[in-house]
Amino acid sequence: MKDPESTFAVAEVDGGLTEVPTAGLADGADSTSRVEVAAYRLGQWLSSPRPYLMLLGFGLFFAFWYLTVEVWKLPRFSQMPGPTTIISEWLSRDPTYGLSIYSPEYYQHIWVSWRRVSIAFVLATATGVPLGLFLGWSQLFKEYVFPVFELLRPIPPLAWVPLAIIMFQGSETPIVFLTFLASFYATTLNTMLGVESIDVSFIRAAYCLGARRRQVFWHVVVPGAMPFIFTGLQISVGVAWFSLVAGEMVSGQYGLGYLINTSYTMVQYPTMVIGMITLGIVGYATSAAVRILGNYLMQWRTRELAMGGEK
Amino acid sequence: MKPEPVPSRERSLAETKAPPLRPDPRRRGEIRIADVVKIYGSEATGVRAVDNCTFDVPAGKITVVVGPSGCGKTTLLNAIAGFHSITSGTIHLDGALLCGPGRPKADPGPDRIVVFQNGALFPWKTIIENVAFGPMVQGRLNRKDAFEKARAMLAEAGLRNLESNYPGEISSGMRRRVEIARALMNDPKVLLLDEPYRALDSLTKSVMHEALLETFDRNQVTIFFITHDLEEAIFLGHRVVIMTTRPCRPKKILTVDIPQPRDYSVLTAKRFREYLDETIEAVHEEALKAFAAGERER
Repeated sequence: MKDPESTFAVAEVDGGLTEVPTAGLADGADSTSRVEVAAYRLGQWLSSPRPYLMLLGFGLFFAFWYLTVEVWKLPRFSQMPGPTTIISEWLSRDPTYGLSIYSPEYYQHIWVSWRRVSIAFVLATATGVPLGLFLGWSQLFKEYVFPVFELLRPIPPLAWVPLAIIMFQGSETPIVFLTFLASFYATTLNTMLGVESIDVSFIRAAYCLGARRRQVFWHVVVPGAMPFIFTGLQISVGVAWFSLVAGEMVSGQYGLGYLINTSYTMVQYPTMVIGMITLGIVGYATSAAVRILGNYLMQWRTRELAMGGEK
Repeated sequence: MKPEPVPSRERSLAETKAPPLRPDPRRRGEIRIADVVKIYGSEATGVRAVDNCTFDVPAGKITVVVGPSGCGKTTLLNAIAGFHSITSGTIHLDGALLCGPGRPKADPGPDRIVVFQNGALFPWKTIIENVAFGPMVQGRLNRKDAFEKARAMLAEAGLRNLESNYPGEISSGMRRRVEIARALMNDPKVLLLDEPYRALDSLTKSVMHEALLETFDRNQVTIFFITHDLEEAIFLGHRVVIMTTRPCRPKKILTVDIPQPRDYSVLTAKRFREYLDETIEAVHEEALKAFAAGERER
């Protein structure tokens, strides 16, 4: 196989084109290097319509914003800062409202928020995954715990704010706690569903082959639930960001939520929108990072989907 | 591999219609099913899936159980495998009680390995990890030795070069063969196959049948095979047990006197057609009953 084209099978994955080296795998040797694969994928991506449609989407969004706010100055939109105002403020060395990519304060806000989300996300994963696994694995445990869980779950993080302030000292812990809550529910629930979704044949097959209960748990239940766990983690990291903002609006001195809220009260609308957009970018990046990690850890699934998702 | 045991050709020719069971000491895996009853739900109002079911699965033979869909064949297999309990009766494997009075459910174990209808290779393990799984979790072999044996097993089944693939990357026919190799890794006494080729197209199926017979010739392992494909039943089976519809019990037991090893030319042989006609007649009656009963339930 000299021609790199011929070593790849093209298949639909998540609605997009992804290529997997199949011939190389069937030979039992990875003849193509990772760099080559990455370069090939990038080439394929650029020659597909996807990146251009994406750019077009962004273009339309900004055009709509620009026209309604800055050109037509429609009622209701006239108070809003337009995209040119935002971008010039954002990239300015001497911002009118004191915040741009050149001010260290901006990074302070991002860093503080990011740290809170990370701590909360790690805690939620470390507690939610094992809890979900046990809920799915043991009927008895589920009967004790699940009703309580379901009772607490609908309570939105915002409703927890007063209690969080009473329960925890300082301003940092309550915010982390609020951020943790929503993540924890998403992770636990998805993990539990993941365990319940495992085909009983896999569990039976493992017992047949002489596995003990503990081995079935580690060899079948944990990997079998993995796709759902990672879906849960992606949701979890997303909801972490929005419950974080709820927490930061209530207390704290830094963070993107705090930035948005204070800019609003101080009538610094461009800064407020900069905060919002930054939140979007950072949130998207963390969610993508979780997805990439998931695909890396679940090679079997990535390859299976690449083969057309045949069961 | 093991030296070639007694040629099966003479043995099957020597058998008469209801052969007395004389277990060959070299062979193992004789299952005796006696008066087995399985009721789902309460004794009085529950569904009687299996009723007074008595028959033997001779060691070192392929016994095929046929019957209409949903007749309770799989219930019986699950009882032998230890996935379900039975309500009464006994099931013995080589004289040892699997389940019976005081022990409603057998323990699943590597002496009776099931190959499932939709396949149950772990999708998150590579082919070699799947095949090596049994001896490794049982603590019989370490990783290196288990992999070595698995490699030999795969090579024997003509499945080289697949080791590092995941089950999702190979064809469904290959997956079934890998699954049988995974079972044989444990030297089981009995292989329990639950309509393993149901989802395959007929061309793949015929290849699978020949591969299974070849595997059987090499290993002489007792096979308990469930299907509702009658041609498949007669082609593979030394003994074909035709089941009644719910509740399930043997209606007719055929001993198929077609010499082993069989190949696909058998399908057109006169003798084969006769067996097939006999089976069709028996099964059709039950299928009609099952259909009528199904209509009532819905």
